[in-house]
Amino acid sequence: MLGANGAGKTTTLRAISGMVKTGGSIRFGGRSIAGIAPEEVARRGISHVPEGRGTLAQMSLLENLQMGSCLRRDRAGIKRDLERVYEYFPWMPQRLAQPAALLSGGEQQMLALARALLMRPRLLLLDEPSLGLAPTVVQAIFRIVQKINEEEKVTILLVEQNARSALRAASRAYVLEVGRIAVSGTGEELARNEAVRRSYLGY
Amino acid sequence: MATELLLAASVQGVVQQIVFGIATGGLYASLALALVLIYQAMETLNFAQGEMATFTTFIAWSLLTYLHLPFWLVFPVTIVLAFLFGVLIERVVIRPVEHAPVLTLVLITLGLFAIFNGLSGLIWGYVVRPFPSPFPTTPIFIAGVGLSYQDLGLIGVSAVVLVLIWLFFSRTRLGLMMRSAALYPQMSRLLGVRVGWMLALGWGLSAAVGAVSGMMVAPITVLDPGLMQSVLLYAFTAAVLGGIDSPIGAVAGGVTVGVLLALVGTYVPHAEDLRLVFGFLVIIGVLVLRPGGLFGRAHVERV
Repeated sequence: MLGANGAGKTTTLRAISGMVKTGGSIRFGGRSIAGIAPEEVARRGISHVPEGRGTLAQMSLLENLQMGSCLRRDRAGIKRDLERVYEYFPWMPQRLAQPAALLSGGEQQMLALARALLMRPRLLLLDEPSLGLAPTVVQAIFRIVQKINEEEKVTILLVEQNARSALRAASRAYVLEVGRIAVSGTGEELARNEAVRRSYLGY
Repeated sequence: MATELLLAASVQGVVQQIVFGIATGGLYASLALALVLIYQAMETLNFAQGEMATFTTFIAWSLLTYLHLPFWLVFPVTIVLAFLFGVLIERVVIRPVEHAPVLTLVLITLGLFAIFNGLSGLIWGYVVRPFPSPFPTTPIFIAGVGLSYQDLGLIGVSAVVLVLIWLFFSRTRLGLMMRSAALYPQMSRLLGVRVGWMLALGWGLSAAVGAVSGMMVAPITVLDPGLMQSVLLYAFTAAVLGGIDSPIGAVAGGVTVGVLLALVGTYVPHAEDLRLVFGFLVIIGVLVLRPGGLFGRAHVERV
């Protein structure tokens, strides 16, 4: 989902996860989730990585990960998923005891992704994962997001300012303008769209 | 020879006072911990903490007196009742005003203070009642230092409570969820944590810890509706001294206050009456030097 500042991208995500009151209807998996509290939305399989990554700064890296799986009862499954997460992020196992506040911005974003994965979500909401990160780190994050989408079969709703990388990764894309969808189509279609190119890709 | 004896006696005297101080300090520490548990979740002090503890101690007294149950059965039963009672108070009284400004919450806990003080008086009266001690008061001598089983018992109970609380918060999933809910309510909700219930559990837990404190204080003083008022004051001192947002600080603060008060009360002439003043002096002194308390975080906010 693309759009200028103030177009309502973050608000859309917050509406889905129940953080703001909404009119109209929001349906997930055929059932209405409008007006449901954030914790109940999360329990239905929607994992929201908010702007600013939601790092539990005073807690250790491991505790952050454990909070991702805090509602699950399947010990064996959690262990498997944790190993999977360590495959995505091989730097993590050595630094489990570190306070999350000491991680770099890119590492905190990876931690947020890892924690969200441990929730075993059906839908992952990502709010500007590339914000404030160095270009190489952004590339790494996008690679992982795409991998999560393909290998873990998790649907991802990605909000991005970084239009080029986002459109390349997305199967469907939307441009939001003051609360309305102005353009939609496949990622490729939007990347070719004249208006989108001028406004968001800058050529 | 005479001076040597005197020196030896006074060293033993000091050790004795320190042990006594740790014993009473453990009581302050328990109640201080109860205060900190709620402070972490709500950023406000629960002024009713002491009166809630008194109320539950009266329940324990009734179980002991009317049902003639043994102390070590009444003890866990009261803790469980206190836990449920704390959860109930949060659900009924605090929940409707969960997002109210801190001052509103302070007023509500002051209101609860008055209510529980009045209720204790209404139900059990203002007559001073003896509360049986679970520990023999006979002295024992270790290396020439005279101690009582009671002091050692108090230290033991406080230590067990504090270790259990620490284990709960550092080693269990629920403890982790409660910490997360207190520190990061928004993000915790996005992770599926029912933050409101975590707060209720926090109230239950702190009421339970307070009940332990009450049942340990009552035997060494006497039971009346004002039982915990001076203890609460020292617990405040302890919590502020240690850092109001730090459980470890509450414990360290409690023991420090206990030992200091015991030493001051014994060795400073006429200081027995000045203990309260002394408590406030400590608060003021610490706040001047370290506004965050000994173990607390200095409050830094990005604006």
